[in-house]
Amino acid sequence: MIALLIRDLRLAFRTGGGFGLGLAFFLLVAVLVPLGVGPEGGTLGKIAPGILWVGALLACLLSLDRIFALDFEDGSLDLLATSPLPMEGAVAVKSLAHWLVTGLPLTLAAPALGILLNLPPAGYGWLVLSLALGTPALSVIGTFGAALTVGLKRGGLLLSLLVLPLYVPTLIFGAEVVKRGAAGMEVATPLALLAAITAGAAGLLPFASAAAIRVNLR
Amino acid sequence: MSIWEYANPKKFMQTSAWLLPWAVGLTVLCLGIGLIWGFFFTPDDYKQGATVKIIYIHVPAAMMAINVWVMMLVTSLIWIVRRHHVSALAAKAAAPIGLTFTLIALVTGAFWGQPMWGTWWAWDPRLTSFLVLCLFYLGYIALWQAVENPDTAADLTGVLCVVGSVFAMLSRYAVNFWNQGLHQGASLSMDAKENVSDVFWLPLLICIAGFVLLFIALVLMRTRTEIRTRRAQALMARERLA
Repeated sequence: MIALLIRDLRLAFRTGGGFGLGLAFFLLVAVLVPLGVGPEGGTLGKIAPGILWVGALLACLLSLDRIFALDFEDGSLDLLATSPLPMEGAVAVKSLAHWLVTGLPLTLAAPALGILLNLPPAGYGWLVLSLALGTPALSVIGTFGAALTVGLKRGGLLLSLLVLPLYVPTLIFGAEVVKRGAAGMEVATPLALLAAITAGAAGLLPFASAAAIRVNLR
Repeated sequence: MSIWEYANPKKFMQTSAWLLPWAVGLTVLCLGIGLIWGFFFTPDDYKQGATVKIIYIHVPAAMMAINVWVMMLVTSLIWIVRRHHVSALAAKAAAPIGLTFTLIALVTGAFWGQPMWGTWWAWDPRLTSFLVLCLFYLGYIALWQAVENPDTAADLTGVLCVVGSVFAMLSRYAVNFWNQGLHQGASLSMDAKENVSDVFWLPLLICIAGFVLLFIALVLMRTRTEIRTRRAQALMARERLA
């Protein structure tokens, strides 16, 4: 499992494209929104939590089809399927690798973009915490979507159609944490629910993803 | 004699051929009585005027939109567990019907909301969760269309339906948490203190029965079409091999 994780990370870093692209996209969202909405600090500060979460979510979505597509094309996914490692484990490792190269950098970069969007000072800690808790769920759910569409030739658009509705609860609770945190309100409830979604998704969805992969490799 | 006998396509075709005219006839009867009664022979509401009559389409469509998804969940689970092709085809046949019911509920709701709430759309939990349900239907249908091998498609959509059901429920509660409701609560429950007045209740009940029958008739029809398509494909495949 660790070998697989290291291999995936190495591939992500060295092949280029995937790793920096998500971050650049996130930055672009944070730049484009003020250009569209207008530069007033009050308005921007109000919508900043939502924009940052939606931006992180879309940036995450960008790299999803890479999770399995390359391995499917060169046949290493078949090798993984026949290896002693259960498919569920392989899928979980793939999700973890995806989170390490997209979710984690997004989480770390978010405060800087918060400044661009005039996020109220009280919100920064909650922004980082909510993204740290929520982006793993995005990666796991996205892996499920990628597993469903792995055999398809033009799966990219379908993948977003399948995955985005599944992102709804995570987005709502994640953005709610930041919104409440920025306004100085109690955040325990949405934070707990967000963590629950991540824990539930990480625990259960690899089974569904592995089932989908097995169907696709049949 | 067990219920699984109907999983045999031949038996299903026989039974559904017998059942279909009845379902269609009863649908026409129920919807005819319910809608005509509702539209022309019930009084206007003292506050809402004639717009109250949208209830005869809006409520049954909304109920069916959710129930169709539940039916798809059950048939998907039967396919995953017992591998009965008719079951998977029934789920496939039901999805566009469910999507249509969802859209009907959203559109009639907008027509009612414009004069009553003064807006076509509000980000109310019920409205929002219906919009999300609509997206789930779209994704499900798109996946069926995208995958070429019918068995693979049935498996993948089955898994998606199960996972989607969980997330649809989560979304329902998440949007409840996210915004306060503008939509009125349930007005047909058996145990509620305040229900819709008896004058509206009976024609509404008939309309709901009509929509259920409509769905049964449509899903039987579409499943029969799917089975015939599958047979035609099998014949063509045999032709090519010969």
